[in-house]
Amino acid sequence: MPAQSIWTLLSWGPEGWLDDIAYGALITIALALATLPIGLTIGFFIALAKQSEEPSLRLAANIYTTVFRGLPELVTLFLFFFGMPILLQHLVRYFRPDTTIDVNSFVAGMIVLALIFSSYASEVFLSAFRAIPKGQYEGGYAIGLSNWLTMRKVIVPQLLRIAFPGLENCWLSLLKDTSLVSVVGLAETLRNASIAARVTKHAFLFFGVASLVFLALAVLSSFATSAILRSLGRREAQR
Amino acid sequence: MSATATMVERPPPRARGWPRRRIAGYALVCLWILFGIGIVSYLFLAWNPEFFAKYAPAYLRGLGVTLSLVSISMVLGAILSVPVAYGRMSKNRILSGLAYCYVYFFRGTPLLVQTYLVYYGLGSFRVELQSVGLWDFFKDAFNCGVFAFALNTAAYQAEILRGAIESVPRGQWEGAASLGLHKLQTLRKIILPQALIVALRPYGNELILMVKASAIVAIITVYDLMGNAKLAFANSFDIQAYIWVALVYLVMVEILRHGVEWIERRITVHLKR
Repeated sequence: MPAQSIWTLLSWGPEGWLDDIAYGALITIALALATLPIGLTIGFFIALAKQSEEPSLRLAANIYTTVFRGLPELVTLFLFFFGMPILLQHLVRYFRPDTTIDVNSFVAGMIVLALIFSSYASEVFLSAFRAIPKGQYEGGYAIGLSNWLTMRKVIVPQLLRIAFPGLENCWLSLLKDTSLVSVVGLAETLRNASIAARVTKHAFLFFGVASLVFLALAVLSSFATSAILRSLGRREAQR
Repeated sequence: MSATATMVERPPPRARGWPRRRIAGYALVCLWILFGIGIVSYLFLAWNPEFFAKYAPAYLRGLGVTLSLVSISMVLGAILSVPVAYGRMSKNRILSGLAYCYVYFFRGTPLLVQTYLVYYGLGSFRVELQSVGLWDFFKDAFNCGVFAFALNTAAYQAEILRGAIESVPRGQWEGAASLGLHKLQTLRKIILPQALIVALRPYGNELILMVKASAIVAIITVYDLMGNAKLAFANSFDIQAYIWVALVYLVMVEILRHGVEWIERRITVHLKR
């Protein structure tokens, strides 16, 4: 094999690997973006349950966060990826005896990351809930808004602004956790980089590129979040 | 006195009957109980003395590897974090820029990538490493794991240390200087005792994160707790391999979490009013 220069290895096309890594980066972004709304929704409801007056709701929510914050991400992923097909197979066997079930690694990764993200985000939402004075709810009820409308029109806009910096941290760790899904075979940045490293024997180069991709994503999202924060601040100022 | 006592707001009475949220709460708790019973009964039904006899010692050995990996890299990271935190707080542009880049890189990239970079990536420099005699160190996956983890946790611990030291008000430095203490004495006798109280909880969180993150060294062929679970699953295709390991991790993390809370309660007794 002729010695290839670094630039051919990093070129776009059949010789180089840059297109594969760029495709992997797209998968990484897609996975993180697909997880975000699910995780935020679950996290919000968990926080709502945690600050409820009903002890049983609080207990259920606390078990949820204890479990998913206590388990290593990798263990949760493996449990889900290998355990879910077995469980589903047992259930399905009653209806159709000869079906096999495979869990898509993207979907498995999405569900596991959403579980982890939501348990961390719920803590952020909870502390934001505690920062909102009781008078805001009372004011909402006093002008005749229903429970739901008070939540939507009065509480949530303030909640998002308070919770934003904490959610940004959650998002950054979500972005980093997507790399774990490469272990169950999702062709994202790290997976493609390690294939390239194995084929070309330039391990340091390709893992270096992968780390730069993750750094670039972190920098990009910090730009995006500061833009969002500015627009949130502007809307506040207009009022 | 009695007038103020009657003014104290009483907690609202618990709702009677079955409001919707109570039904939801009981349903969710029941779901968790069913889930727990399901796991326990699965482990009971799938109880396999052969499996247990074969893999339980391996799990114990793996636990030892995990604990030693975490403790060695925590200590090395703590040592390494001191110069990094110094650099972050220094007024020298170059020094603080370097420290900032170090912290940004290790906090901005996944630990898995860093571990690969050390374990597989340093293999690209085999000849150079052999010539300085470091290859024997980096040949071993455990050493590579410790190296990557120590560098990673040093970045996080440097930020914890910096945040804690900066949380101590400037007046404390000035007061110490006016008493004639020099910088190092001030740091040791006045700043650090106050800073460490602030830093305890983040340090505890970092320790817990490290215990959880240490599972990923299983991917670079270290037989820690997770590595042994992977091996057991690959040999037996028995999902209880992962369920047991999940329980061990969960117990470990809960012990650490409650331990940190207990220590924090103990050392902040004098601050309580």
